[in-house]
Amino acid sequence: MVLRQFTQEGDTRPSVRPGRLATWRKIDPVLKTPLYEAHLALGAKMAPFGGWIMPIQYQGILAEHAHTRQSVSVFDICHMGEFMLQADPVESGFARLVTQDITGMPLGACRYGFLLNEKAGILDDLIVYRIAQESWMIVVNAATTETDFTHFKDNLSPRCVFENVSAKMAKLDVQGPLSAEVLTQIFGPKIKELNYYTFSEFKVFDQKSCIVSRTGYTGELGYEVYIANDYVGRLWDLLLSDPRVRPAGLGCRDTLRLEMSYPLYGHDLDDQHSPLEAGMLKFVDFSKDFIGRDALNAEQKKNSGRHLICFQADSRRSPRNGFSIMDKGRKIGTVTSGSFSPSLGVGIGMGYVRGDYTLGAKLTLKQEALEIPVQLVKRPFLQKTSLLSI
Amino acid sequence: MNVPGNLLYTKDHEWARIEGKTAYVGITDYAQHSLGDITFVDLPKAGEELKQSSFCATVESVKAASDVYAPLSGKVTGVNSKLAQNPELINQSPYDQGYFFMMEFSNEAEKAKLMDAPAYQKYVEGLAE
Repeated sequence: MVLRQFTQEGDTRPSVRPGRLATWRKIDPVLKTPLYEAHLALGAKMAPFGGWIMPIQYQGILAEHAHTRQSVSVFDICHMGEFMLQADPVESGFARLVTQDITGMPLGACRYGFLLNEKAGILDDLIVYRIAQESWMIVVNAATTETDFTHFKDNLSPRCVFENVSAKMAKLDVQGPLSAEVLTQIFGPKIKELNYYTFSEFKVFDQKSCIVSRTGYTGELGYEVYIANDYVGRLWDLLLSDPRVRPAGLGCRDTLRLEMSYPLYGHDLDDQHSPLEAGMLKFVDFSKDFIGRDALNAEQKKNSGRHLICFQADSRRSPRNGFSIMDKGRKIGTVTSGSFSPSLGVGIGMGYVRGDYTLGAKLTLKQEALEIPVQLVKRPFLQKTSLLSI
Repeated sequence: MNVPGNLLYTKDHEWARIEGKTAYVGITDYAQHSLGDITFVDLPKAGEELKQSSFCATVESVKAASDVYAPLSGKVTGVNSKLAQNPELINQSPYDQGYFFMMEFSNEAEKAKLMDAPAYQKYVEGLAE
């Protein structure tokens, strides 16, 4: 048996596109989260991801995937970046940086949006948290943290207080249908008052303050917890002392997010694609100004016809990143994400194609001699989850 | 790691269990462990003629795809049809319920190119993780 290929679960460095490497900072591949030793003690398989050494799996991707859909999993997501900003959103230039409306956000709201370049290429996807009238937390991807920080600095007024707190802020994702019950034990009944895409501050341990938002990347009811590095080990242990909770790695995080057709930056989103092509215009507010707006407007008028599709294989065979998407022998695009879907029992994936293809269209994925028949399906692949169950 | 004493092994982590003129073929415990959860397997067809060390099957896990090579030359006489719907049998029972196929091997001398259990054990221990 000889290994033919590996799909890295979303290492966002675009190594397959040599022309673009120059725009990315070289990343030290061995950054460790505060939970590194805890992962080793649990027998995790570790691998590089976005410049970090991260747990890919503990007992196995399929078991962890199923446990997240049925109970509760805790994920170490300390590699993601967090910025703190104290500023008026308009005067500081912050509102112009993000495609979504920021100024109208209520306190305690989270909002998903994009950071674009002038050509409307996606520099990153991010979530903005409004902590107070002029106080914000911005959560970005691991591999793009440094370049995003520079992009913000370049476009923000020099007078505002803007800090990259990634090195001292830890993040745990607690995801699954029983997550509200589990977190109520730790943070109290106020957890259940959080609506989807809102957050609140909670106290734990020695009255330590942390932020808990009802957000996630799995499609299940779930929360993301931001806490100082010094306390994350205690929180991790406390969560795992609950018999309903198991640790889950980035391997199943990838299969979980793909079943929801959530895009992964560096694969399904990058600076060569716009929110229009990604089918994500609902996270763009054209009634306000933002960097890339003119280009995106022009693109809408011209419409290249390139767009992100979701497809499902007729077998258990996995589509993989980089496979060609073919229509009757003609290449029309490339797979950007693909995997076996544990919930559906077939291969699923996403990719960009040029042309008018609608639901039900029959296409073929091709890689050397391998051909996988697929059919266009609607987003998300998985329709019924616990995401909005409370 | 489990390395049963009654099998022959290749450097590519296939095993063969010889019963008369028949060889049962599969992948080793080490192989299934490195692949992780196996989600798909593409087996040769009964009647297919295989050559030693030539491609004979594909095995996919959530994160990887691998080619499997025939440990011996000969004709495939039957495949483990359970693997189509239950490829996890390869993880759970790599040497028994997770076997890939049976073949009637044609060249006794080829067995000399395979490793016995102690040699394979030593070989795997020498591999870097």
